[in-house]
Amino acid sequence: MTEPNLSRSAGGNAAAVRRLQRRYRAERRFRLYGIAAIASALLFLAVLLVTIVVHGASAFVETRLLLPISFDAATLDPDRAHDKATLSGADYRALVNQGLVTLFPELADDRALRRDLSRAVSQGADSELRRMVLDQPALIGTTREIWLPVSAPADQLFKGKVPHNSDSGLSDATIARLDALQSVGKLRLSFNRYLFTAGDSRQPELAGLLGAIVGSFYALIITIGLSFPLGVAAAVYLEEFADKNRFTDLIEVNINNLAAVPSIVFGLLALEIFLNVLGLPRSAPLVGGLALTLVSLPTIIISARVALKAVPPWIREAAQGLGASRQQMVLHHVLPLAMPGILTGTIIAMARAIGESAPLLMIGMVAFVVDIPATPLDPATALPVQIYLWAASPERAFVERTSAAIIVLLACLVVMNATAIYLRKKFERRW
Amino acid sequence: MQFLTLLCALLLLSSLVYRLGRGRALHLSVGPGGVLHSLPSYYGYYVLLWCGVPALIVVAGWLIGEPMILKALVVSSLQQGDGDMSAARLSLLMNEVRQMSANGDYRFASDAVTRAAAERYHSLHALSSVAMATVALTSASAGAWLGLRRVSLQLRARNVVEKAVSLLLVASSTIAIFTTIGIVLTLLFESLRFFHRIPLGDFLFGLKWSPQTAIRSDQVGSSGAFGAVPLFTGTLLISVIAMVVAVPIGLLSAIYMAEYAHPRFRSVAKPLLEILAGIPTVVYGFFAVMTVAPFLRDSAAAFGVTISVESALSTGIVMGVMIIPFVSSLSDDVITAVPGNLRHGSYALGATRSETIREVVLPAALPGIVGGVLLAVSRAIGETMIVVMAAGLSAHLTANPLESVTTVTVQIVTLLVGDQEFDSPKTLSAFALGLVLFCVTLALNIVALNIVRKYREKYD
Repeated sequence: MTEPNLSRSAGGNAAAVRRLQRRYRAERRFRLYGIAAIASALLFLAVLLVTIVVHGASAFVETRLLLPISFDAATLDPDRAHDKATLSGADYRALVNQGLVTLFPELADDRALRRDLSRAVSQGADSELRRMVLDQPALIGTTREIWLPVSAPADQLFKGKVPHNSDSGLSDATIARLDALQSVGKLRLSFNRYLFTAGDSRQPELAGLLGAIVGSFYALIITIGLSFPLGVAAAVYLEEFADKNRFTDLIEVNINNLAAVPSIVFGLLALEIFLNVLGLPRSAPLVGGLALTLVSLPTIIISARVALKAVPPWIREAAQGLGASRQQMVLHHVLPLAMPGILTGTIIAMARAIGESAPLLMIGMVAFVVDIPATPLDPATALPVQIYLWAASPERAFVERTSAAIIVLLACLVVMNATAIYLRKKFERRW
Repeated sequence: MQFLTLLCALLLLSSLVYRLGRGRALHLSVGPGGVLHSLPSYYGYYVLLWCGVPALIVVAGWLIGEPMILKALVVSSLQQGDGDMSAARLSLLMNEVRQMSANGDYRFASDAVTRAAAERYHSLHALSSVAMATVALTSASAGAWLGLRRVSLQLRARNVVEKAVSLLLVASSTIAIFTTIGIVLTLLFESLRFFHRIPLGDFLFGLKWSPQTAIRSDQVGSSGAFGAVPLFTGTLLISVIAMVVAVPIGLLSAIYMAEYAHPRFRSVAKPLLEILAGIPTVVYGFFAVMTVAPFLRDSAAAFGVTISVESALSTGIVMGVMIIPFVSSLSDDVITAVPGNLRHGSYALGATRSETIREVVLPAALPGIVGGVLLAVSRAIGETMIVVMAAGLSAHLTANPLESVTTVTVQIVTLLVGDQEFDSPKTLSAFALGLVLFCVTLALNIVALNIVRKYREKYD
């Protein structure tokens, strides 16, 4: 806004000019406050997202060590029977230790040093070797160079997340040997397979999100399957059929209040009804889905009613004028026209439900679950709960895992919300 | 798996039945005087109702009744081994039996009787699922047959089907009522059990909260450890800090968006602000622990002040940021709802825009803004994950934002996570806290919604 000629509008009065200048300054200040408020909120958002990405990006890769492994028949299969039980019960750590000795011959006689360095190789290396041998027994007797995962402290050290000294949880001798390996290119970063293929683990480098993702998926499917039909049916009744009386008033008041009840209260309800009264299994995604249904139902009903209200009355009049019954009018004409709006609202409600964790804590979906749940009745965690669990873990390496889990969760939310926006843009109709 | 097969069979049967009913109606209409009362598809749905409803009743009844009957049968065989057993031991054994039968693995049975019971349970369970499938499919077929026989030209199929559909719609909309009743009953019932042991006055006005020590009932003064005042003050402190952050920032951004911002700026900034509301609260909790709390501690240490890592300040700030979009979008609605002629009148008297906003728009919008802020407060009080992760666990009665405090929701979570025992005052107190939380948020919402509605009526 260009400032008007103050002296002319103030009639040449000096005091009036000063007063006007003060008022215009106040005007500019006020406007600045507004900009500062928006800027500070957006700054906070930016800092939050950047910190999460900076912390979490490195968890999508893991450090692997190139070890010469000789699949020694005497260690793996002493009686040459290729028996599965013998092969899977063999001492694979011995192979790893042997490989380390090949790299550093001075370790052969020093047990303490060898054990120390061996601890820098993840326990996941043993199971990877076991799987290889079980898949191809022909490997026995051969020698291969294999990239094996290192343990969490070594991984953090290589990624530069911890100080390069004994604070990292490794001894100086081990750090020196790892440095030597790095300088000859025997340490490298590769895509972190465990993050997306494994369940939870006490070892940070082996902990994965698959269990939590599957748990969230089951819970979400159940939530959609229940809350969408129930919510749409309730909205259709209230918006299209209900008479205005005390009964429908009661329902409306209830829905509006439920939408504002803290989600943890729904958790208490689910704990009491589904677990204590109905005896459903604890920690199961089925119960989680039921609890999330209760949480998201009011939101879906409210948004579906808005979508139904947006359908113009002449659609209804035209349908009834052609002889449709009220139900035919609603089910054949109004509901299909309102469907894009209802779907958008449902997706947004689901995006909320997938990030919800308080009710899931109440029904015990916070257990330490290693196995991937096969059915919605198996114990499981969910993505946000996994974030909570990892955030509470003391190991330094879980920080980047937690951030990575948050990135995955946020990615899910972005996809869901983008779908909702796309639907709205594509099907939005102006009547 | 068997259950899924049964469901698939029922679905197949119903689609077949629908076709049969529709076909029969069409067939009738071809004959002499063939005018159907309803559209043919309604006859299909009519027969489908006859087929599906009995089957659903059978399956639902079976699923509810089966565990009880099976339990009664197995318990009798368990008790043969041990004359009279305590209820707790019995339920423990039943759990073991169910577990073993579900896995089909009896190697780890604690004794021969349990093992026999588990095997018996397993065989009974298998028998029962076969029986359920048979009965459900039979009743579905019988119903379909009866329904098909009733199809005639005069049958008012559409009226019957529409009646059923409207019943379904009414039933769905009553779920909201049942949920509320469920919440109230659950909280009241468990709270009454709690207040049976701890007097209501001690809970509401007691100054000391340490539920962990109260497990031993013989301890002197153990009942005094359930004074919830420190939790209420802690919740209040964190909520106040959150509102101190959220109200100015939210309100000022709403004013700027509504009164000053260029539409293009608004269309970018508003969705960006809304992102803050879409981020899961567990992410805020992690952010508070990882970034905000250490940052506050370090910057305070530079001034020689020590701040607890779990300080109310860091928790409150992060919670405030979460609430900003809530306050700003509600205030935005209210400010834009203020009629333009009030503004124009003020401009005409020579007021600047900021003067108009401060002297005319804000006073007019105040009731709505207060309502929005109250809704935000209720959200702050009920917020769980941020405080569970970032606030403390031990209850201090303090108003110092630099110290660690705990909140009602934190205590509910810590009391109930991992604890299976439902008789101790410790777990029951969580429900009493839940009742307080529910009542307070409900009251805030009702007051806020009333204010907002009154305000809307004034200008509409």
